[in-house]
Amino acid sequence: MTDEMVGRVISCVAKCQKLPPENITIDSKFEDLGIDSLDGVNILYALETEFNVSIPDDGVLGIKSVKEAVDALDKLITAGGANGAARA
Amino acid sequence: MERRVVITGVGVVSALGKNAREFWEALVKGESGIGPIRQLDVSSLKFKNGAEARNWAPEEHFEAKQLDFVDRFAQFAVVAAREAVRDSGIEWTQKLREQTGIVTGSCVGGKSTEDTGYQELYLNKRQRISPLTIMRSMGNAGASHISIEMGITGPAFTLSTACSSANHAIGQAFRMVRSGDVEMALAGGSEAPFSMGNLKAWEAMRVVAPDTCRPFSVDRLGMMLGEGGAILVLEPREAAIARGARIYGELVGFGMSSDAHHLTQASVEGPARAMAAALQDADLEAEQIGYINAHGTATQVNDPAEVAAIRMSLGRHAERVAVSSTKSMHGHALGAAGAIEAIATVLALKNCTLPPTANFTRIDPRCDLDVIPNTARHAEVEYALSNSFAFGGLNAVLAFRAPR
Repeated sequence: MTDEMVGRVISCVAKCQKLPPENITIDSKFEDLGIDSLDGVNILYALETEFNVSIPDDGVLGIKSVKEAVDALDKLITAGGANGAARA
Repeated sequence: MERRVVITGVGVVSALGKNAREFWEALVKGESGIGPIRQLDVSSLKFKNGAEARNWAPEEHFEAKQLDFVDRFAQFAVVAAREAVRDSGIEWTQKLREQTGIVTGSCVGGKSTEDTGYQELYLNKRQRISPLTIMRSMGNAGASHISIEMGITGPAFTLSTACSSANHAIGQAFRMVRSGDVEMALAGGSEAPFSMGNLKAWEAMRVVAPDTCRPFSVDRLGMMLGEGGAILVLEPREAAIARGARIYGELVGFGMSSDAHHLTQASVEGPARAMAAALQDADLEAEQIGYINAHGTATQVNDPAEVAAIRMSLGRHAERVAVSSTKSMHGHALGAAGAIEAIATVLALKNCTLPPTANFTRIDPRCDLDVIPNTARHAEVEYALSNSFAFGGLNAVLAFRAPR
């Protein structure tokens, strides 16, 4: 996890939710940001596009905060770097 | 006992303006909203003109976040519904919300949204498209957004019968109010067909005019695609009178038929039977009809067939009835057409002014009825019909009565 990556995730969330990025931190929970389930899939789509990864359906349910999104992406990118399997 | 059904609110977004007032002012002037298509690059299209929603600025009506979720066609439905409800002066109660229905028509749904997704897939070779594609493009999106925004929890659904969609929708809503299934209904339609894929499909059919829409004229070259949304508030006459509502007019009959003939070739018998069914439903004689808002697409095939159908259903009275096609001004808004034209008809009866057939040159001898060429006409008319005939041979006709 890098600051740059956290910044990119926050930027995606902010853009989707039309929120100022400064209102979002690594510790923000989706629920506290007013993100519902449909917003959630929209944010995941934005993150997939931003990081060029494919988030598997069974990994989606666990992502309910900025930190969980960053962790999930971190894992996918690491795995993708090793074998390319997670690349979209 | 069947109840009488009146119209107590109207809302329109169209090529003639952002609301019913602008719409009516343009209709009376015989002003056409047809012009060069601006919302997308049409350099590869054979036709360049359309009837786009005039001065449409979605950000005036929706928050940025909301707009991500609402396709243009559903935006039109919501904005028209807001105007109609505001206009009607309804005071919502929990009970009324539960007893109100919503019926919308749409022919193509969120085509622009689908087009964008398909460009990502096929053109940009992307592996995924927006997860909002389904929610934005579903045909019932207009009805759903109206329901969610206004908290209306009665029956709500969407009909898709091509160019007759909105007339079928208004007709079903009319019957629900008349029978007592609901105490109020928001009915109409919306359409936003200006996506490249859809425009190319229309181009291929060779029915869109290169210049403008000239219904019943001998030199007409075809239809003109339009967009917009229109919603009417329907409620029982007694309830409307009891709450002191302004009554625009009465919806007195609805007739349907199908041609069982051909996908595009116009039938005379099918539309004539739908008009006859509307008259019968309203318990009217042909001679009582003073105005017909024609389907009047200005294609080579439609107009003479429609004129023949009017003659078949009205008999000798066809030679005396005033007929106009307001599509000459607001274009053919497909699944919204019937609703836009229903409002044109209702306002014509209420304001004692029949809107003209604009862009008219010389009569096609096969269409030689009184088509109100170019100039609106003062006339006190008590009853009118509004025709919609769809590709696929599905016909729906509404009958209205002046509020006097």
